[in-house]
Amino acid sequence: MIELNHIKKTYSKGLVTALKDISFSVNHGELFGLIGPDGAGKTTLFRILTTLLLADDGTATVNGLDVVNDYKQIRNCVGYMPGKFSLYQDLTVEENLHFFATIFGTTIKENYTLVKEIYQQIEPFKDRMAGKLSGGMKQKLGLCCALIHKPDVLFLDEPTTGVDVVSRREFWEMLRKLKKQGITILVSTPYMDEANLCDRIALIQKGEILSIDTLAKIIESFPKDLYAIKSANIFKLLQDVRSYPGVGSCFAFGDALHVTFNNSSDKDVIKYLHSKDHTDVSMKLITPSIEDCFIHLLSPSI
Amino acid sequence: MKQLIVFIKKEFLQVFRDKSTLLLLFGLPIAQIVLFGFALSNEIKDSKIVVADYAKDAVTAQIINKIASSKYFDIERTLQSADQLQTAFKKGAIKLAVIFPVNFAHDLEHTNKASIQIIADASDPNTATAVTAYMTQIINDYNMQLGRGAGLPLQIVPEVQMLYNPGLQGAPNFVPGVMALVLMLVCTMMTSVAIVKEKELGTMEVLLVSPFKPLYIIIAKLTPNLIISILNLFIILILSSIFLDLQVRGSILLLTIASTIFILTSLSIGLLLSIGANTQQGAMTNSLMGMMLPTLLLTGFMFPIENMPLALQWLSNIVPSRWYFIIVKKVMLKGLGFTSVWKEVLILASMCIFLFTISLRKFKIRLQ
Repeated sequence: MIELNHIKKTYSKGLVTALKDISFSVNHGELFGLIGPDGAGKTTLFRILTTLLLADDGTATVNGLDVVNDYKQIRNCVGYMPGKFSLYQDLTVEENLHFFATIFGTTIKENYTLVKEIYQQIEPFKDRMAGKLSGGMKQKLGLCCALIHKPDVLFLDEPTTGVDVVSRREFWEMLRKLKKQGITILVSTPYMDEANLCDRIALIQKGEILSIDTLAKIIESFPKDLYAIKSANIFKLLQDVRSYPGVGSCFAFGDALHVTFNNSSDKDVIKYLHSKDHTDVSMKLITPSIEDCFIHLLSPSI
Repeated sequence: MKQLIVFIKKEFLQVFRDKSTLLLLFGLPIAQIVLFGFALSNEIKDSKIVVADYAKDAVTAQIINKIASSKYFDIERTLQSADQLQTAFKKGAIKLAVIFPVNFAHDLEHTNKASIQIIADASDPNTATAVTAYMTQIINDYNMQLGRGAGLPLQIVPEVQMLYNPGLQGAPNFVPGVMALVLMLVCTMMTSVAIVKEKELGTMEVLLVSPFKPLYIIIAKLTPNLIISILNLFIILILSSIFLDLQVRGSILLLTIASTIFILTSLSIGLLLSIGANTQQGAMTNSLMGMMLPTLLLTGFMFPIENMPLALQWLSNIVPSRWYFIIVKKVMLKGLGFTSVWKEVLILASMCIFLFTISLRKFKIRLQ
C-alpha cells in the first residue's frame, strides 16, 4: 500500500539531513506505527508521502501511485492529519466538517457511518469554534475531517501528542476500528507505549530507521537478558551499578534500573551492592519493553 | 463548482468573524477620506479677514460688498485701530486685513488713483500668497468695472481660468489618489494575509492534500477581496459625493470597470507577495513597505511625476496605481469617455494579466 525506496531528504541546501536512506513498506489494511523522538524525521516522511514535499533522492508510492508524478491522484485518495492542529479555528466544528467534506467532493451524510462514532463525541459542541475545543476534541475533529471522504490510506502525524491519557486511549480505539474497515493507517508518535497498539512499527531516529517489525519480534530480537534491579536508594544505586565492571547497560526506568551484563547473569552484583550499603536490594529477569529496545538500538555497542 | 462556492462562503464567513480585519477593510477608506478631506486640507475657503474702512464712502462700500460676496472670504469684524489689528493677527484669528484710507473715493475721482492696504499673515506663506492673490483679483475686477464705465483705452486682461477645479480645492486631486491608495493597500494586504494565514495555521497543508485545485484556492481567496474592494470603491465615491461635493462626471460604469481591472492587478500583487512570506506579519510588512511607499510617492497625487528625476519617472511607469490615478482623474473629474483612457486601461489590463499569470505559475502546489 505504501512503498518507500531509499528516500533521502535534506534541508538548507544539504546542510541539515532529515532523512538518510529510508526504505520500508506498509501492507494493505495495516496499522503501521512510526515511532521516534522529536526531530527524528517523522513529519518530513509524512510530507513526502502526502506529496507535500519532494524527496532529494529515492522513490515512493502510495496506493501504487508515484508521489511525484501521480500527486493529483494521491491527493484524491488519502486522508492527512498534520501534527499541528490544522483546521479553521474561526469556524465551528460543524462548519469545519462540512467544509472539508465539500472540498473532498463528498457530503457529511454520505460517509457519516465512517465518522459517526467519533463525531458523536464532539457533536454536543458542534456550534463551538474549533479553536476553543480541548486538545483531545481537536484531534477527534481533525480525524473526522481527515476521514470524511473515506480515504484508502490515512496519514496521522502525531495525533496523540498533547492529548490526555484517556483521550489517547479512545483515539487508538478508533484507529483499530477504522483498520477493521480496511483503511491502511500510517501513524507517528513519540510515545513508546503506543507501540503495542500497532500491527507493525518502525523505530526512527535522526532520519534513520533502526528497526522494522512487529513489537513482539522487536522485543524478541533484544540480544541479552534484561534485569530489573531495585533498592531503597535508587539514585545511589544507579551510580553504583554503573561503576560495576561487568555491567553492559544501565538505565533508570521508574523505580527500577534496567540492566544488562556483558557475561549474562552476573549474580555477584547483589553482593557488590550489599557491600555498598544498599538495603532492600532485589533483582529479577524481565521482558524488555519497547523503550529498552529503542535504547539498545540507539547504542548497540553497550 | 459547488466546492468553489463553499470555499468562497467560508472565506466570507472568516472575514466577517474577524472584527479587526473588518475594521481595517472599511475603516481605512473612511479614515482616508476624512483625513485628506478635512484635516489635511490646504485649500482657501471662508478665510477670516478684517476690513478697516476709514473712508466709509460709496466706493469702499461697493468693494467691501464684492469681497463679502466671495466665498473665499469671511469678513470677521470691522476694527478701527491699528492696535486691534495687531492683536487679531497675533492671535491668528484672521488671515488678512484690508484697509481703506480716508478720502478713498475722493482720491480716486480726482487723482485717478487710490491705494488700498492689504496685510496678510505670512506665517503660512502658501496661504498668504493665495489669499492676497484672491483679494487682488477682486479689487482688480472692480477696477475693470470702473474703467469700462469711464471708457478708458483698451486693455488686454489675462483671464485665468482653473479648469475642472476652479476653486483649486484639494478634494478633486486627492480623492482619485485615495482611491488608488486604499484599493491598492486593501487588495494586496488582504490577499497576501489571507493566503499566508492558511500557511501559518497549517490549513494550507490539508488543502493541498485534497482534490481541490490550486487554481480554485486562488479564485476562492480573491473573490471576497474583489467584492469587498468594489464595495469600498462605492463607499469612497458616495463619501466624496456627500461630504466633499465631488461627483463622478464621467461614466460610472467605465470607472467601475477600470477600477475592477486595477483591483485585480492589486490582488495579483498580493498573491505574489504571499508566496514569499511565511507569517501573517511578514506578509503585512511586505505589502505595507513594498506597496505603500511606491503608491504614495510614484502615483503622482502627492508629488507631480513630471518634476521627478528621470529614473523615478521611468520607475513610476511600472506602478499600476499611477495609471489608475490618471484614469480616475480623467473619468471622474474631466468626465472623459473610454476613447481618452483606453491607453491607460490597456496598460493596466496587461499588467493585470502579466502579474496574475506569474503568481499562478509561482503558486506552490507543495510546501517548499
